[in-house]
Amino acid sequence: MDEQTVFASIDNYTKGGVEITGKDEPWRYLFSNMFEVTSNSQPWERIVVAKNLEFTIEATRAEGESPWYTCAHDETALLMQGAMEVHFIKPGDTSALPPEDKEGAVRLSGEPQGAKMGHIVASRGHLTLLPAGAAYQFRADGLAMILIQSVLGDESIEKWAEICQH
Amino acid sequence: MSTAIKDIADNTPINTTAHSESAPDPHNGYRKYAIGGFSFERDEYFARIKSPTGTHVVDIENFLRSMMRDVAWGFFYGWVNFDEVIGTVNHYGSVDLYMGTYNSAYREAGTDYTERFDSQNLLACFKSMLKDWTNTGFDPFAAPLETGTARGPKNGNNDAAVDFQRELADRFVTLPGDSEIRTDERGFPVNRQFSDVSQEEPEIHAEPGFEGEIAAFNLFKYLSRSPVTWNPSIVSIVKNSAYCPTSEEHILPIDHGNDRVEWFIQLSDEISWRVGDKDSGAPRAVVTMKAGDVSCMPADIRHKGFSPKRSMLLVWENLTPGLEKRYESGELPPVPAEF
Repeated sequence: MDEQTVFASIDNYTKGGVEITGKDEPWRYLFSNMFEVTSNSQPWERIVVAKNLEFTIEATRAEGESPWYTCAHDETALLMQGAMEVHFIKPGDTSALPPEDKEGAVRLSGEPQGAKMGHIVASRGHLTLLPAGAAYQFRADGLAMILIQSVLGDESIEKWAEICQH
Repeated sequence: MSTAIKDIADNTPINTTAHSESAPDPHNGYRKYAIGGFSFERDEYFARIKSPTGTHVVDIENFLRSMMRDVAWGFFYGWVNFDEVIGTVNHYGSVDLYMGTYNSAYREAGTDYTERFDSQNLLACFKSMLKDWTNTGFDPFAAPLETGTARGPKNGNNDAAVDFQRELADRFVTLPGDSEIRTDERGFPVNRQFSDVSQEEPEIHAEPGFEGEIAAFNLFKYLSRSPVTWNPSIVSIVKNSAYCPTSEEHILPIDHGNDRVEWFIQLSDEISWRVGDKDSGAPRAVVTMKAGDVSCMPADIRHKGFSPKRSMLLVWENLTPGLEKRYESGELPPVPAEF
């Protein structure tokens, strides 16, 4: 029998949920669906869907070209829907980089000067390293959705009451 | 010894005596084991665990599946409940082995028992037992539809299965010197239930001089080739944030009691989680997760997963040292965000 693996997308997802069977409350599970979250987001907003102290997983609706970002620490990008390219530049002017202890992604004012490091062509299920100290830009021709493993920072948006079951 | 949970304090004495094991039983061929006040023996169907306060009998296949996870994970984070009666609590250097301590009926009856061991000694006992009690053809890491039986008299062993090591990336899979992708050549064929998952890897166009600095791989392909169930690997580390994806099928063989918050991100298919109170086991919630769903497991619960088809789950852990003490002391709330 051929198996069918069920993936989801912004246009095609079915949400589960929390049922209380004892002394508990649904909100404590911070339950959301990443595709529902990004269906209600603006492109490139980074909505925090999971948080563990300072660490985050942020859901991003990807359409067109993103701003350029950089980060003092590694991040990763898991493409959950669509296709994208990720372009990397090693900034030549290190004074433009965030300090080493800065957490989370930093949006740059434009494409930075520096050496081109290369690019990655990704499709659904591909996990890309966004290495510390590199500048990067996402490019998606169609609608795509990215989960970013990062740290709470200036670009992180928390709106738990809007996205979670309660 | 009847022990209230609050009495199991950090100054509990640690038993540092190694385990003992018998010669093979002349009738069924299995060895018997003892460590501290506990003893373990198996017959053709069951494992029998005895403590100074009582006896507990467990289906042998369930017992071996539970013990396999406890051994492979080095006692994991917090509580590994083999079932509603026995299990371990990791104190990171020492470990509690208990009978009924996290079951309110046992505690009320005063029949609970806990003993703390040096972690390496208890691990050595469990490893030896696992090797001796696992017969040829039975893989405790495999889904029930993918393996034979552990039942019956002693019939060889399956060291290759019980010695399986999960892959732990230091930074990111495919970086030079780090974990590798899974391929046929490495002995990771596509699982029967993921035959439709794309096997295409991303294109990596590195400029000269930057090879090995930019990296990407197909995580869904990686998971489609996982040879085990309920056994997370690590594929990326951001500071102390670890992506621990895993493929799941049938039932998580333990009830994991959290000593910290962890998160589940359902990448494909569906898993239902039965959630109970960490201390008593009383039911609290059922969390049904479908593809794209995200849910935390608070630091004050235990959970057990049910996956009707092989599914892809991203387990997300915080590896910051000492977190268990910060949650236990109340410094950190059991839920990581409030609204």
